[in-house]
Amino acid sequence: MDTAIFLIQVLNGIQYGLLLFLVASGLTLIFGIMGIINLAHGSFYMIGAYLAFSLTRLIGDFWLALAAGVVVAVAIGLLLEWLVMRFLYQRDHLYQVLLTYGLILIFEEARSLVWGDDVHGVAVPGALAHSIPLTENLSYQVYRLAMSGICLAIALGMYWLIQKTRLGMTIRAGSVNREMVQSLGINIGLLYRLVFALGVALAALAGMLASPVSSVFPGMGNQVLIISFVVVVIGGIGSVKGALVAALLIGLADTFGKVLVPQIAGMVVYLLMAAILLWRPQGIFGRG
Amino acid sequence: MSGNKLQFSRRKFLKTAAGGTALAAGALHAPFIIAQPAKLKIGLMLPYTGTFAALGNAITNAFKLYVAEKGGKLGGRELEYVVLDDESDPAKAVDNAARLVNRDKVDVLVGTVHSGVQMGMVKVSRETNVLSIIPNAGAGAATGQLCAPNIFRSSFTNWQTIHPLGKVMMEKGHKTAAWISWKYAAGEEMFQSFKEGYEKVGGKIVKELWLPFPNVEFQALLTEIAAAKPSATACFFAGGGAVKFVKDYDAAGLKKSIPLYGNGFLTDGTLQAQGASAQGLFTTLHYADSLEFPKDKEFRLNYAKTYKLQPDVYAVQGYDAAQMLAIGLEAVKGDVKAQKGIVAAIEKATINSPRGRFTISKAHNPVMDIYLRQVSGEQNKFVGVAWKALADPARGCKMG
Repeated sequence: MDTAIFLIQVLNGIQYGLLLFLVASGLTLIFGIMGIINLAHGSFYMIGAYLAFSLTRLIGDFWLALAAGVVVAVAIGLLLEWLVMRFLYQRDHLYQVLLTYGLILIFEEARSLVWGDDVHGVAVPGALAHSIPLTENLSYQVYRLAMSGICLAIALGMYWLIQKTRLGMTIRAGSVNREMVQSLGINIGLLYRLVFALGVALAALAGMLASPVSSVFPGMGNQVLIISFVVVVIGGIGSVKGALVAALLIGLADTFGKVLVPQIAGMVVYLLMAAILLWRPQGIFGRG
Repeated sequence: MSGNKLQFSRRKFLKTAAGGTALAAGALHAPFIIAQPAKLKIGLMLPYTGTFAALGNAITNAFKLYVAEKGGKLGGRELEYVVLDDESDPAKAVDNAARLVNRDKVDVLVGTVHSGVQMGMVKVSRETNVLSIIPNAGAGAATGQLCAPNIFRSSFTNWQTIHPLGKVMMEKGHKTAAWISWKYAAGEEMFQSFKEGYEKVGGKIVKELWLPFPNVEFQALLTEIAAAKPSATACFFAGGGAVKFVKDYDAAGLKKSIPLYGNGFLTDGTLQAQGASAQGLFTTLHYADSLEFPKDKEFRLNYAKTYKLQPDVYAVQGYDAAQMLAIGLEAVKGDVKAQKGIVAAIEKATINSPRGRFTISKAHNPVMDIYLRQVSGEQNKFVGVAWKALADPARGCKMG
């Protein structure tokens, strides 16, 4: 592997890592910070991709469709929280697993009814569709680079929100001791509804942003669910910084795994997870 | 005690009385039952949910379309369907197939799409000797090591679909190639077949690249292809992964300098989603758009009229499964127990398929033309015949 190719592979790894962070960001919020086991995370991702597909056709502009899609996703999040999720905060985790697993089945069936079972694609927005040449025969699509930029911005935004604002402090406090926060005069119910909706919106946004480079197809949510949990667990539950570092590590490990040890490429990410959890069972930035 | 005794005798009386009535009713209805032979039970074990749902539905639609064209009867027998969603889950395959055969007592087992599930079904078919038709799954073993007199295939083997590709690429001047696919059973079968065909005409595979199934992060391997600089790339992908691969390959700027080839699954049912990235790609398969057969035109028209959908290669395979069954049943006048007669009739038949006429090999797999197609708009346009009457080598099959 010469230097140019090596550097391109590093770029591939970082770019994939940032995408993984985005994909896992909704889960970082709902599972990592609120402490709810949310197996329906992949379904929210899938809904986002399908929304991008339909809304882009309806509105004609990808970015406007994105904005509209986020509004729809927030509405879905608020409704779900009010309808079912709020009854389970005090319950055992098993109830959350059962509920969110049920949601997967419901969303999968609804997707089949509304959109059918065909594979769809979303066109890359015109201004970003061209590619920049890197070597004599390889180039990089501008949209991929733009996507990495958006992922970074979301990572910074989330870190700022959770670590540096009063709202973030309240959310963190609420996840540690719900009653105490409530008795301090904070409407924890409303707060949780908002954070849950934000988590759903982030998952859907990831699906929407990924839809032009990925494709839109049944079962796409299942593919991101496991890797999202891996990101949150490696990074340390509840840490935005950890999730970002973990996502980058996984992106690089996966990229070089495929190139250097193709025989076990499928296992590299999980070997990394096992190694990190042996070293730090609470995750890289987890609180012991 | 005496109360119990009384109850017992009353119950016994009721039972006897009921039995008598049932007997009388049975005797009354008996002549009608003889006049009207029982419906033939067809077990449709296909995916109706999940990634392959669209394929399962296309096969079912076309199967029923052929039966409807025949007035709802095959070999003089009316049909009754027992439909089962196999969820493309290999873990449930044996139980599901056994349930259809043993509990629901189906006379014919039709299915399925997923090769892993197919292996479970083949096991049950071999054990119970039920007449079986495979309308898609391309695993070579089903008509190879595991071939059996009662098992037929109306679709293809993985080997057949990609074997002619090496010859095609060589004719277009590509002496070296990279290979990329998912690392799983179908991907490896496709690779072996491609390699065999390509090396036979003097081609050299300079780079073999594999991804874990169903991973769709291709960027690292695309970089490897660019670094290896082969004359062309051959691949096997299908469904959502095929859409992403074709788009990524184009976005990485490789399409111009290192042309992409594959078998037809790369561009079948995915062209709307692939858009401009797929334009001009050459693929090989046993079906194409714009074939000039009258049978194909008629089939496409009827299918579109009935289901308000355009048929695809999977629909053709479902239609031909019904055609093969009809040929067998007609030879024995609908007596499904006369399996030897059914098998002999199908083995001898020439099936007038929308894909063109084909015959059945000794291993019970279609012997058919493989076409070269090129993507143009949202169609896989017929370019020519890549290989005339290609038969699967059926390695390990002891039949015939």
